[in-house]
Amino acid sequence: MAMAALRREGRRMAAPLITPHPINPLRSSLASSDREHTLLGVRSISTQVVRNRMKSVRNIQKITKAMKMVAASKLRAIQTKAENSRGLWQPFTALLGDTPSVDVKKNVIVTISSDKGLCGGINSTSVKISRGLHKLNAGPEKECKYVILGEKAKAQLVRDSKKDIELAFTELQKNPLNYTQVAVLADDILKNVEYDALRIVFNKFQSVVAFVPTTSTVLSPEVVEREAEAGGKLGELDSYEIEGGETKSEVLQNLTEFQFSCVMFNAMLENACSEQGARMSAMDSSSRNAGDMLDRLTLTYNRTRQASITTELIEIISGASALEG
Amino acid sequence: MLRQAPRFLLRRASAAAMRWSRPFSTDLPAETAGDSKFVDAWKKLIPNIDPPKTPSAYMAPRPPTPSTIPSKLTVNLVLPYDSVLSAKEVDMVIVPAATGQMGVLPGHVATITELKPGILSVHEGNDITKYFLSGGFAFVHANSIADIIAIEATPVDRIDQNLVQKGLAEFQQKLHSASTDVEKAEAQIGIDVYSALNAALTG
Repeated sequence: MAMAALRREGRRMAAPLITPHPINPLRSSLASSDREHTLLGVRSISTQVVRNRMKSVRNIQKITKAMKMVAASKLRAIQTKAENSRGLWQPFTALLGDTPSVDVKKNVIVTISSDKGLCGGINSTSVKISRGLHKLNAGPEKECKYVILGEKAKAQLVRDSKKDIELAFTELQKNPLNYTQVAVLADDILKNVEYDALRIVFNKFQSVVAFVPTTSTVLSPEVVEREAEAGGKLGELDSYEIEGGETKSEVLQNLTEFQFSCVMFNAMLENACSEQGARMSAMDSSSRNAGDMLDRLTLTYNRTRQASITTELIEIISGASALEG
Repeated sequence: MLRQAPRFLLRRASAAAMRWSRPFSTDLPAETAGDSKFVDAWKKLIPNIDPPKTPSAYMAPRPPTPSTIPSKLTVNLVLPYDSVLSAKEVDMVIVPAATGQMGVLPGHVATITELKPGILSVHEGNDITKYFLSGGFAFVHANSIADIIAIEATPVDRIDQNLVQKGLAEFQQKLHSASTDVEKAEAQIGIDVYSALNAALTG
């Protein structure tokens, strides 16, 4: 069938090609197609290779476009939740201040990452920041442990810090995120890990194309009391009257645990938004790339096709002229 | 928005930007002192990666304590899924503290209190809005700003009397049949919440 089509095309193009002039510019393509033909051994099937490649690239383009649409819809759903939860951690920072440079013995770095891949560089950024914090807080008599949420960070951190990983949680996004789930998770972490300061590392969602790596620090009640006595940012804490609960330390403990769960909730929502946004832009650039590749392959395909037609014609014509003269 | 701009400009430390820091110099030192220590330590040890941002970069700084008692109290009521009230100026709020109903007026002494399930009433002129809170914390700052953080807050008119009675009966049942301490505690919590709901509807 391909041969018949080529013969038909050949007959259409035979008239202009019989004149001697066009042969020269065609010689280079002729030579290259000759090479291709001798390499592959068969005539018109050289277009088959290019056609297969074009089909697979087209499929990839469709898949990445679909993934981008899915990520966009998931982002819409979760973005409102994340923005509404932004007010949650602000009272705590207003009360207890922001103390990333606090010097404590037991640091725990809680790294939040995604379970699925194809989301750009956000997980690598989180891991880099976590490693940086680890380095910053390392020293004699100080220890620094990791609690990891999400497969991707686990895969990266297991490679060189396996002994420092205290807990790892995966498959957190099977059900849509809600506060109860995060509260249970926070409870788990607080029960099983000894800490003086918890440093939560996540990507804050600034816009669909901008994600800012952020770290929030939650101190344990003992450290809060110590810092309050030392003065500085928490110095005003003593001026607050404590009501409810039997003792001040009990209230402080409830306060820090509540702070941890609130900050975690916001951090997980922001990270989920960043993940969807990053996936959107990764899939978008992937579809664009596939489109470019498809254009280049189409050009190659047409060149190959025209060259094989020309070869066919040349053979016919030279055969015919050999018969005549 | 503009108030945050000087802090970012200050970080860039350009000579031109220094002009902008003057009007806000009262706010700046408290916020950036800890941050700059962190940023410097990070830059020394890990020069290739930008330091991560910290929460205070995303928050407008709170106003300092005024010398005279302001006339209105600023209330923020936040829930995990919504900010019900944000920077609302009111005359008084009554919070359901663990030690009983506590009224907060402008100029109230700085307090941190745990909340138990109960009604929060917000008084603004002649309007009183009531919300049923599930529990949480309330901070009253010296600058007459009250932050109330709760897990759930529903307006009282949305609560169904029948469901409350059913729930109360259910948890009382559970308390009778509870065997372990954990079950007893859970049942007790359920009873507390439903009794508070009942009281909210009747009272």
